[in-house]
Amino acid sequence: MALVSLILSPLAGALVLAFWGHKKVAPALNILFSLLTFALSILLADEVYRSGPRLALDEQLFSDGLSSLFLVVTGGVAATTSFFSFRYMAIEAAHGHLSPERSRLYLALYQVFVLAMIVVLASNNLGLLWVALEGATLATVLLVGWSRTPSAIKASWKYFILCGVGIAQALFGTILLYFASEKTLGPGGTALLWTHLAMVKSQLEPTVIGLAFVFFVVGYGTKVGLVPLHNWLPDAHAEGPTPISAVLSGLLLNVALYAILRVKVLADGALHSAMPSRLLIGFGLVTLLLASISMWKRQDIKRLFAYSSIEHMGIATLAFGIGGPLATFAGLLHMTAHSLVKSAIFFVVGHIVQTSGSQKILSIREVAARTPGLSRALLAGGFAITGLPPFALFASEFLIVSEAARRAPYTVPFLLFALFVTFGIILFRILEMNGGGPPLESPVLPSPPLTFFPVWIHLGVALVMGLFFPALLASVYQKALLSLGPLYGG
Amino acid sequence: MAPHTHLLLNRLVGFLGSALLLSSFAMLSMRRMSSLVRIFALQGLLLTLGTLSVAIVAGEPHLLFSALFTFIFKVLVLPIILFRLLERLRIRGEVEVLLNVPTTMVVGLFVVVFSFALASPISELASTVSRGLIGVGLAALLLSFLMMITRKKAITQVLGFLGMENALFFSAINATYGMPMVVELGVAFDVLVGTFVFGIFFFQIRETFESFDLKHMDNTQTE
Amino acid sequence: MAITSPSPAMVAVEAVQLLFVLLFAPVLYGWIAIVRAFLSNRTPAGLFQPWRNLLRLFKKETLLPEGHSILFVLVPPAFFSVIAGASLLVPFLSVSPLLAPVADAVTLVGLFSLARMTMALGAMDVGTPFGDMGARREMMVAFLTEPATLMILFTVSLWSGSTSVPSIIRSLSDGHDLFHPSLLIAALAFILVFLGENARLPIDNPTTHLELTMIHEAMLLEYSGPLLALMEWGSMQKLLLYLLIGIDFFAPAGIPEAPTFLSVLAGSGILAGKLFLLGSGIALIESLFAKLRIFRVPEFTALAYLLSTLGFLLHFVLEV
Repeated sequence: MALVSLILSPLAGALVLAFWGHKKVAPALNILFSLLTFALSILLADEVYRSGPRLALDEQLFSDGLSSLFLVVTGGVAATTSFFSFRYMAIEAAHGHLSPERSRLYLALYQVFVLAMIVVLASNNLGLLWVALEGATLATVLLVGWSRTPSAIKASWKYFILCGVGIAQALFGTILLYFASEKTLGPGGTALLWTHLAMVKSQLEPTVIGLAFVFFVVGYGTKVGLVPLHNWLPDAHAEGPTPISAVLSGLLLNVALYAILRVKVLADGALHSAMPSRLLIGFGLVTLLLASISMWKRQDIKRLFAYSSIEHMGIATLAFGIGGPLATFAGLLHMTAHSLVKSAIFFVVGHIVQTSGSQKILSIREVAARTPGLSRALLAGGFAITGLPPFALFASEFLIVSEAARRAPYTVPFLLFALFVTFGIILFRILEMNGGGPPLESPVLPSPPLTFFPVWIHLGVALVMGLFFPALLASVYQKALLSLGPLYGG
Repeated sequence: MAPHTHLLLNRLVGFLGSALLLSSFAMLSMRRMSSLVRIFALQGLLLTLGTLSVAIVAGEPHLLFSALFTFIFKVLVLPIILFRLLERLRIRGEVEVLLNVPTTMVVGLFVVVFSFALASPISELASTVSRGLIGVGLAALLLSFLMMITRKKAITQVLGFLGMENALFFSAINATYGMPMVVELGVAFDVLVGTFVFGIFFFQIRETFESFDLKHMDNTQTE
Repeated sequence: MAITSPSPAMVAVEAVQLLFVLLFAPVLYGWIAIVRAFLSNRTPAGLFQPWRNLLRLFKKETLLPEGHSILFVLVPPAFFSVIAGASLLVPFLSVSPLLAPVADAVTLVGLFSLARMTMALGAMDVGTPFGDMGARREMMVAFLTEPATLMILFTVSLWSGSTSVPSIIRSLSDGHDLFHPSLLIAALAFILVFLGENARLPIDNPTTHLELTMIHEAMLLEYSGPLLALMEWGSMQKLLLYLLIGIDFFAPAGIPEAPTFLSVLAGSGILAGKLFLLGSGIALIESLFAKLRIFRVPEFTALAYLLSTLGFLLHFVLEV
């Protein structure tokens, strides 16, 4: 059973690294386990693709087209990040910032984090989904505060408290959902299982589900980084070690939005009204507007890209709010492409920051100039993240804008405004780092391969997804949409 | 069971719910750290008794297990951990507030009215014996939330967080006789781990800021 | 309900009520002092010490302060008679006294504030700083506790749908024998209001003349002799009446419906028992708590208001 072994792999990884994480070979083991997880996720996706949704462990675990897609993205990005992290942590150790004990904690928590996200995606039980998502926060809280500087501790405290508060709201939503479903499905284990809920969603009590949905959006939305609950996100991304910023941005936000998407399907089924869509459109618009404006005058490069993550999550939320097969497809595409591109950017940024010891854009110009490989990668990443043509984000943003024009025209001006603002700011910043700076005195540095092959893989996949959409990929996305129900499976 | 005893137990659940709500207000008004922890323990006890009564009234044996679990976890383990933390970190003295106590109380009252109104359509749909208490649970949840945003020290925020968890548990008991066991255990596990993480945090915060006042943290420049 | 031809029994009950309040109020005061003395290991004065004090004051001559107006002299009798009048409206020896149609809880609150206002006027008449300060503080406390008082009234009247005291007593004594969360919380609020309105310890110390803390005593500072006696006696009655209202609302069992000689006798026995119990409770509270600083008073009254409102709201959530 690929589904069960997919969970066992990071679990085993966490246990092994918790015991032997201080050994020399441990970072390599981390890569090994991450690769194993990735391989298993592909195996599972293949199984799901060929023979439909899988259930395991007394129906508690479950994977359909949607979750297997996200499982592959999670497995993939987690694997490439483990490569990046290998190098990143080696340099940290060389600088004397990392004792073997701390390395052990880091590696074990990394695996726990991957485990928690995989459980979120593979859980059929919406209660367990909550537990796992909270687990993902708990695993990363200490990682965000890794450097133990005052600002890092502040960031992780904020992260912990805000997400804790948010997730509590989501638990109340879960309770309400259980309350509503218990009437149709009866008390006991099955009333929170998604597969069962999806079958009876039209019989669920609309008032309760409506209220539950609001709590879910507020709760899980905190994790997605939806404004006004986004406050933790820039701090956590800027202060945490860069591999962690990469997985937070590339994976955790996705996973939380995935949870909202699942619940939205239930709410749509129960409510027969536009309330869930309107709520998501509202949150999405406010988020992308505020995030794009906040990018203005950011001096800290990681913070800049953190705001960009918020903005992209806003776009995806808006897409799901607009609804319908096309916009939902665009939202999914946007999420996956954003995962790839944003983590690639964080790999590059991480390397720059580590080499120069600063996150301020003005003081890292020189480093960027000294390593042409980095500059090129950053430029490519910048093009990709701002949604310039050959990359997949262009396709998704184009689709979202055209769908918005068709189904919710009033959102278009705001959407376009935010897109152009971010486009301008990010490109300006990146060109600033590439172009200016004092004339070169020190020698040009070679590009480190371990950092670079993940970057190019990510950008390459994003490019392929944007240039021509292979038939296989198209049918994978179609299966993902179909698994959401007839309303989305166009 | 005799209808009279049934009615009496039902009243008892209502009484415990009111006491829980009062304890949330008490948390808002307390000025000493150690009293806060004591009230938290008291909340745990109220929760245990509430769960027990619901278990007996509704004849739901699995709630007996929940009650036992609540007792061990929220009346014994967590308060002991918190007290030891207070002792080891030598946290004494007063809670610092951003909003003075009477104002907080008035805001709290509005919160209560709001949550009762929000919960009333749900309560009407409920079939449990103590359905009126869903609104009480929601109110307690929002009051704990209020405490988190109006108090400055790190440990008060933690207590607010734990108070929220209590309120959620209480709502679950009264709306649906508790969540499925596996979920309940998972939530409890998360809370336990969370408390340990909080503990680690306190030491880090003290090392770094030499104080638990979050205003030192706020003064830290991040961009 | 209109006043029908008053039966002699009903008139008699009203007379007994008035007499009871007049005579028993100082005794209750004495009782509280005894329990407090007992709790703080002091030798108590007798049960009738307040009576002895009052009689002594009545025998003294009246000294009027310089610069007083006629108001100053009129206030004590007015205060006293308003309070004594209120004792006719609070049913405690029979559920439905002669003046039942007037016996509305809101009327009672109005009478008490009238009494308070006259007292404050008297205190301000001479224009001494202490009198003014006491009056100001008294009005502040009153202004803060009144919303709570009204909320308590509304909470208890939710059962009967009317604020008339007899109907409240009836609705609470039959069929609702089990305790209710809303009533319990309202009773807690009532205790706080009681302490605030009657100048008891956490708000005011009735036995001190320490200038910075006193409220009630500051207002009486200029009075002497029989005038002072009237004021003190009135205050004692007010305390008793508050307790009686509390009994009406929260522990009405034992108040006879129809006034016969035996039932009134038994009823007053039960009542006296309850009152001694409550008096001991007050003494206990006063021994346990220290006086609040004056600027903490709003917190105390906010708590009372909070409790009463919670009780009110909980009624709708839990008991409908």
